[in-house]
Amino acid sequence: MIEAVGLTKRYGAKTAVYNLSFQVRPGAVTGFLGPNGAGKSTTMRMILGLDRPTSGQVTIGGLPFRQLPNAPRQVGALLDAKAVHGGRTARNHLLSLAQLSGIPDRRVDEVLGVVGLQGVAKRRSKGFSLGMGQRLGIAAALLGDPQVLLFDEPVNGLDPEGILWVRNLMKQLAAEGRTVFVSSHLMSEMALTADHLIVIGRGQLMADMSVKDFISHNSADFARVRTPQTEPEQREKLLAALTEAGGQVMPEPDGALRVTGLPLPRISDLAHDADVRLWELSPHQASLEEAYMRMTQGAVDYRSTADEKSGLMQQPPMGHVPPQPHIPEVPQQGFYAPPPPHPGQNPYAAPAPAAPPAAAPAEAPAPPAAAPADLTKPEDAR
Amino acid sequence: MTTPYQQPGSYASPIPVRGASLGDALLSEWTKIRSVRSTMWTLGVMIVLMLGIGLGVAALVSAAGESAGLGDSSALGMGFFGVLPGSICVMTLGVLTIASEYSTGMIRTTLTACPSRGRVLAAKAAVFFLLVLTITTLVAGLVAVIQNAMVEAVEPTGDEWLRASVGVGLYTASLGLLSLAVGAMIRHSAGAITTMIGVMLLPLVAAMFMFSESLQDLQKFLLEWAIPSQLIGIYGEAASGGSSGPLGWEPVWIMLGLSVVALGGAYATMSSRDV
Repeated sequence: MIEAVGLTKRYGAKTAVYNLSFQVRPGAVTGFLGPNGAGKSTTMRMILGLDRPTSGQVTIGGLPFRQLPNAPRQVGALLDAKAVHGGRTARNHLLSLAQLSGIPDRRVDEVLGVVGLQGVAKRRSKGFSLGMGQRLGIAAALLGDPQVLLFDEPVNGLDPEGILWVRNLMKQLAAEGRTVFVSSHLMSEMALTADHLIVIGRGQLMADMSVKDFISHNSADFARVRTPQTEPEQREKLLAALTEAGGQVMPEPDGALRVTGLPLPRISDLAHDADVRLWELSPHQASLEEAYMRMTQGAVDYRSTADEKSGLMQQPPMGHVPPQPHIPEVPQQGFYAPPPPHPGQNPYAAPAPAAPPAAAPAEAPAPPAAAPADLTKPEDAR
Repeated sequence: MTTPYQQPGSYASPIPVRGASLGDALLSEWTKIRSVRSTMWTLGVMIVLMLGIGLGVAALVSAAGESAGLGDSSALGMGFFGVLPGSICVMTLGVLTIASEYSTGMIRTTLTACPSRGRVLAAKAAVFFLLVLTITTLVAGLVAVIQNAMVEAVEPTGDEWLRASVGVGLYTASLGLLSLAVGAMIRHSAGAITTMIGVMLLPLVAAMFMFSESLQDLQKFLLEWAIPSQLIGIYGEAASGGSSGPLGWEPVWIMLGLSVVALGGAYATMSSRDV
C-alpha cells in the first residue's frame, strides 16, 4: 500500500506537485494518469525517496521508502528504460542489482526468462531497442519479487505483442495480491489494464476513483437517435416529443439526434407514440480517452500551435497568387466531446446516404473528413 | 511458502528475504566495475604507460652509462615518469566509476535497489581503491625491480623499495579516490575529469610563469606542493632534486587525508540532493 499525504514538490519557482494525497491499494492495478509535465514521474521519484518532498510525505506500508527494511525486496520499480549503463550486458546489469539487494544469482536468469531476454542476456544494453530496454527495466523491477511495483510508462516502445504481455503481467501481479502502480498517458491502455485511476493535472489531484466511475462521472452517456433522412418533418416531430418528455436533445452534424436524460425504452415509446419511425436507436458511453481529455483540457502544459512558418517563407513573385490550401468545411459544434459519428465505429448506424439530404446543405463533408478536423476543435473554440 | 504475518490481500515472496549488507554492495560494485570496458581501457593504458615509459627511461639511462650521473640516488626514482601519466588514467576511472551512473541514469536504479547512499558510496570507493591499489602497487614494484636491474646505481634501501611500490600505489589510489569524490559531487564525467586534470597540472603551469619577485613564495609553494611534485617526493629527497616540500611517506598521508575529506563531502551532497 502506497499512501501520499499532502505531497508537494517545488523546483525553484515551479511547483511540480502540489498537495497530492492518495492511496494505492494492494490487489489492483492503479493507473496514474496525467498530461506530460503533470508531475507523474516526480511523484514516482518521491515515492522511491529519490526526490525529497518540499512538504508532505509518502509512505509504503507505513514507512518512507528510505527507512524500509529490505527495500528492494518490498518495492520494485521501472522508472526509465534507459537508466542503465549501456556498456554493461543485460545479465551483468541485473546481476549487480541482485547482488546489491542480497538476492540469489539464480533469480537473474529467472527474470531474464520472464521478460523474454534470455537470448540477448550477454549483449551490451547499448544496442537494445526501446522495447528491449523496457523489458530489461521490468526485469529489474521484478528481481526482488516485491509486494509493491511501480512502472513509469511501461508500454512505451513496445510492440503489440509486448503491450499485451505487459497488460497481462500487470493484471497477474495484482491478482497475486501485489500493489501495482502504473503511470501512462495511453488512456486506451489504462481502460484495459487498470482497475482504479488516479488522475493528476499540473501536479494536483483531479480524480481518484475506479475506471468505471471515472467514465460515468466525467462524460454523459447518451443515446443516438436517427430518423428517416428522407422525411425531415419526422425529425422535428421527434425532437419536440423528446424535449417535452424532459430529454436534452442536441442535433448532430449528419442529422442524427443526441439524446441525454431519457432511457432508451422511453425514447422508443415516445417515438412510437409520436408515430415516428426510427432508423437508429443506440446507447453510447464515452471512452476513457474522452473522459480524460474533457477533465484535463485546462491542465495541459504543452499545447501545440499551428506551424505558420511566418517570416520564413520566400516572397512570392509579384502578381503571383498563392494556391489556397484546401480546408475541409467543418460544421461548428457547440460541444467538445464525444466526436461525431464515424462509419465503422458504430455498426448500428444506417449507411450514409449517397446524396446529402436537401434539408441539411451544410453537411457536405463526409464523416471521415470531419473526424480528424474535430481534433483541432478545442483550440478553435478557445 | 506462507509467512505467519501475511495479511489478506498482500503478497509474500517465496524467495527467502534477507537483509542486504555492505558485503552485498561490495560484491555488486565489483560486478559493475569489471563489467564495463572503461575499466579495462583506463587500467590497461595505465599499465602500458607505466611499463613503457619506466623501461624506456631506464634503457636510455643505462645506454648513457655512468655519465648519466644519478649521483647518490637509486634507480627507483625513474619510475616517476611512468606513474605521472598513469595517474591521469586512474583519475579518469575514479570519476567514471560514479559519474557514469549519473550520466546514464543508472544511479536511480542503484539507489532504488539500495536506498542507503552511504553504503553505495562506501562500496564504490572501497572496490575502486583496492583494485587500483593492487594494480599500481604490482606494476610500480615490477617496474622498480626491472629499472634497478638495468641501471647501475646505489642499491635502494628497504624503505625505498616499499615507497616505490606500496607508497606509489597508495598515493595513486588516493588520488583516484579524490577523483571519485569529485565525480560524485559534480555528477558530470567530462566536467569532473577536466577539474581533476586542472587540479593536477595547473599549479605547476601557473608557477612556471610567476616571474614577479613578490610572487616567489607562492611560486615555491606551488612547485613543491603540486601533485606531480608530491608524487616524485615519494621517491625521496634525492629524486625530487632537494625539495623542501612533502617527502617520503608524507605525500601519501596528505593525499589519503584529502580523499577522505572529499568523500565526506561527496556523502553529504549525495544524501541531501535529489537524484
